Amino acid sequence: MGRKLLLEHVNVPGIETLEVYRKMGGYSAAEKALKTMAPDDITEEVKKSGLRGRGGAGFPAGMKWSFIDKKSEKPRYLVCNADESEPGTFKDRYLMEKIPHSLIEGMIVSSFALGAKTSYIYIRGEYFYVLRILEKAIEEAYAAGLLGKNILGTDYSLDLYVQIGGGAYICGEETALLESLEGKRGNPRMKPPFPAISGLYASPTVVNNVETIAAVPHIVNITGDEYAKIGIGRSTGTKLISASGHINKPGTYEIELGLSVEEFIYSDEYCGGIKGGRKLKALIAGGSSVPILPAHLITKTATGEPRLMTYESLSEGGFVSGTMLGSGGFIVMDDSTCIVRHTWTLARFYHHESCGQCSPCREGTGWMEKVLHRIEHGHGTMKDIDLLVDIAKKIEGNTICPLGDAAAWPIASAIRHFREEFEYHVKNPDKIQDPKHFYHQPFVSEVVNATPEVN
Amino acid sequence: MAKVTIDGVEIEVPDGTTILNAARSVGGDIVPPAMCYYSKLEGSGGKCRTCLVKVTQGSTNDPRPMPKLVPSCRTNVMDGMVVENTTSPDVLEARKGVVEFLLINHPLDCPICDQAGECDLQNLGYKHGKEATRYEEERRTYEKIDIGDKIKLHMDRCILCYRCTFVGEQLTDERKHGVINRGDHAEISTYIEKNIDNEFSGNMIDVCPVGALTDKTARFGSRVWFTKPMDAHRNCTSCSGKVVLWMKGEEVLRVTGRKDQYGEVDSFICNTCRFDKKDAKEWTIEGPRHINRKSVISANHYEHLKEIKEDIVKYQKQIAEKINKG
Repeated sequence: MGRKLLLEHVNVPGIETLEVYRKMGGYSAAEKALKTMAPDDITEEVKKSGLRGRGGAGFPAGMKWSFIDKKSEKPRYLVCNADESEPGTFKDRYLMEKIPHSLIEGMIVSSFALGAKTSYIYIRGEYFYVLRILEKAIEEAYAAGLLGKNILGTDYSLDLYVQIGGGAYICGEETALLESLEGKRGNPRMKPPFPAISGLYASPTVVNNVETIAAVPHIVNITGDEYAKIGIGRSTGTKLISASGHINKPGTYEIELGLSVEEFIYSDEYCGGIKGGRKLKALIAGGSSVPILPAHLITKTATGEPRLMTYESLSEGGFVSGTMLGSGGFIVMDDSTCIVRHTWTLARFYHHESCGQCSPCREGTGWMEKVLHRIEHGHGTMKDIDLLVDIAKKIEGNTICPLGDAAAWPIASAIRHFREEFEYHVKNPDKIQDPKHFYHQPFVSEVVNATPEVN
Repeated sequence: MAKVTIDGVEIEVPDGTTILNAARSVGGDIVPPAMCYYSKLEGSGGKCRTCLVKVTQGSTNDPRPMPKLVPSCRTNVMDGMVVENTTSPDVLEARKGVVEFLLINHPLDCPICDQAGECDLQNLGYKHGKEATRYEEERRTYEKIDIGDKIKLHMDRCILCYRCTFVGEQLTDERKHGVINRGDHAEISTYIEKNIDNEFSGNMIDVCPVGALTDKTARFGSRVWFTKPMDAHRNCTSCSGKVVLWMKGEEVLRVTGRKDQYGEVDSFICNTCRFDKKDAKEWTIEGPRHINRKSVISANHYEHLKEIKEDIVKYQKQIAEKINKG
């Protein structure tokens, strides 16, 4: 059993209420922070803990906090990014739904550390019922003197608001989120200036993921040094992983970073193995935007090292043979999956969600989707496969925000690892008429056959 | 002051200048093309990605190269920065990609488009585009709509540079149009069929880099290269009154602002000057306009009409003398 921090009390009945949450030791970090610590001490603890942003990019949270413009006379803001829209990721929803007070406590401690007097939780439109849960919890916190004026009898005051978005994936990008929060069209901003200098209402702002903020009270409680002992190397602490796909036990799991991928997929504590005893075919390790991995690169890296659930191990080998931990959306695919159809589905998503501001992403995502649609439905040519690689290359890195990269990487990696399957679709249009074409007779790849079998 | 090297050319510019403006201060081939940036509109730029350049050295203090290509219109220069524009194959490759992206849903109806001949996208396509398209799918189409009684919007041709929305925001009192929908369905539209009737709304035609917004009083009047541009002015109470008249014979077909070599107007003009003063008598004509943009209309032959006429008379005389001598 790995150590649990965020989800330690998730199964306690009534944990969503303030009463039970406090009984289980809740708000002790807020008390400790507000009464005994200086704001900079908390930032220092977070820095020591090595906590990295849990939203996908993995940027050290303490460092992000220290970038905030302290000289500015404008008010500072903390914004929590609860616009969790990455396909395959549902960890924040689980956390907010089950233990809403852990996020509120995190907001209090983090806002105090940053010197923010007003903070926002920006939640996606589809999580309307979670909004109700959060608002109820905030009401409870106000009534108990944990929010509002003079929190816990100290001279620190904080107002916390929940703002619901319209349900756009792009509003999960931090500057698009700020635009949307300001009431504008959710287009990402040009950077620099970064939000730490000029963010919400042109004031210094920090935007953090739900999980990052919820981890802060635990760091305050057990100290940064203790937190840094969990995990391996620069990947410290625990991480929520949303496991889905062809596995026996899909769900949100809290793992210690450094757990091996093999154990995570096959042990009964976590995913419980592949559903129906089928063969593992592919894995998306960190939400739909990260490169896909073929079977022979999942449990072992290209150099033969066991693959671990850490930022470093998953990205070992770069994009040629690695992927990213991303937001922790762990999608397992068995051999009934058609990679072309899967890639097309993702391309359709990114086409739908592109904001349309910069040309490579606006035009390129739609183009890739149309070409993939053609290949999947038996109208593709060999040239189309190279065309896709070329389009992906021209989008990648040339856009304002990372959505362009996120749209290009899955497609480029799918072709890199599963080119044979794309070629099969072009050569055998009659065999792929049934949408479930690999369900009864899985695709046999010469490349995969040549490598040791993974079970 | 910051010293910056672009394609081997060393330039000294004030701090806070963008790479694009630094390059424009010298001019020539080192200037990256720009489709969405407009120096007179605040907040414009960064969207079209045609001006991407490579920064091989960030600054003297931090000589690391920038990891990605950067939009030169929105990136400020640093002292000691080294920038590659046309000398970098990566930049040219990316630019080719952007031009291809801009053209895949463009109707390519230049033969019937009023902007043809003075279109930034056309020029960009000639310079950086491919001769054939790889796009086999259906292009997206929209209905043409009237935004206001003087302006026609062909959304098919739009490249979503957002310049016209900045005009709406910064030149007029009340913005009534903007971008609706997202992704490749995004379109410029008015707020619930509202008419745009503001004294300066016509400037969105001038800032449009393509033929998406056209002047309804001049549409289909003439191909632009059959008209001659003349600098002219009048006493106008609401604007500078300095315009270019696009004339055919004595007839004024179209009135626009005076555009510089980057397609930007010197000063914005009012709708009265643009739409209502279509009689040459109402204007004081200064003389032929010199067009120095890279475009098919920059032959500037009309500037030398007088000399050409004198030449013809001279040759006619010479020929006549020869004939007389027999």
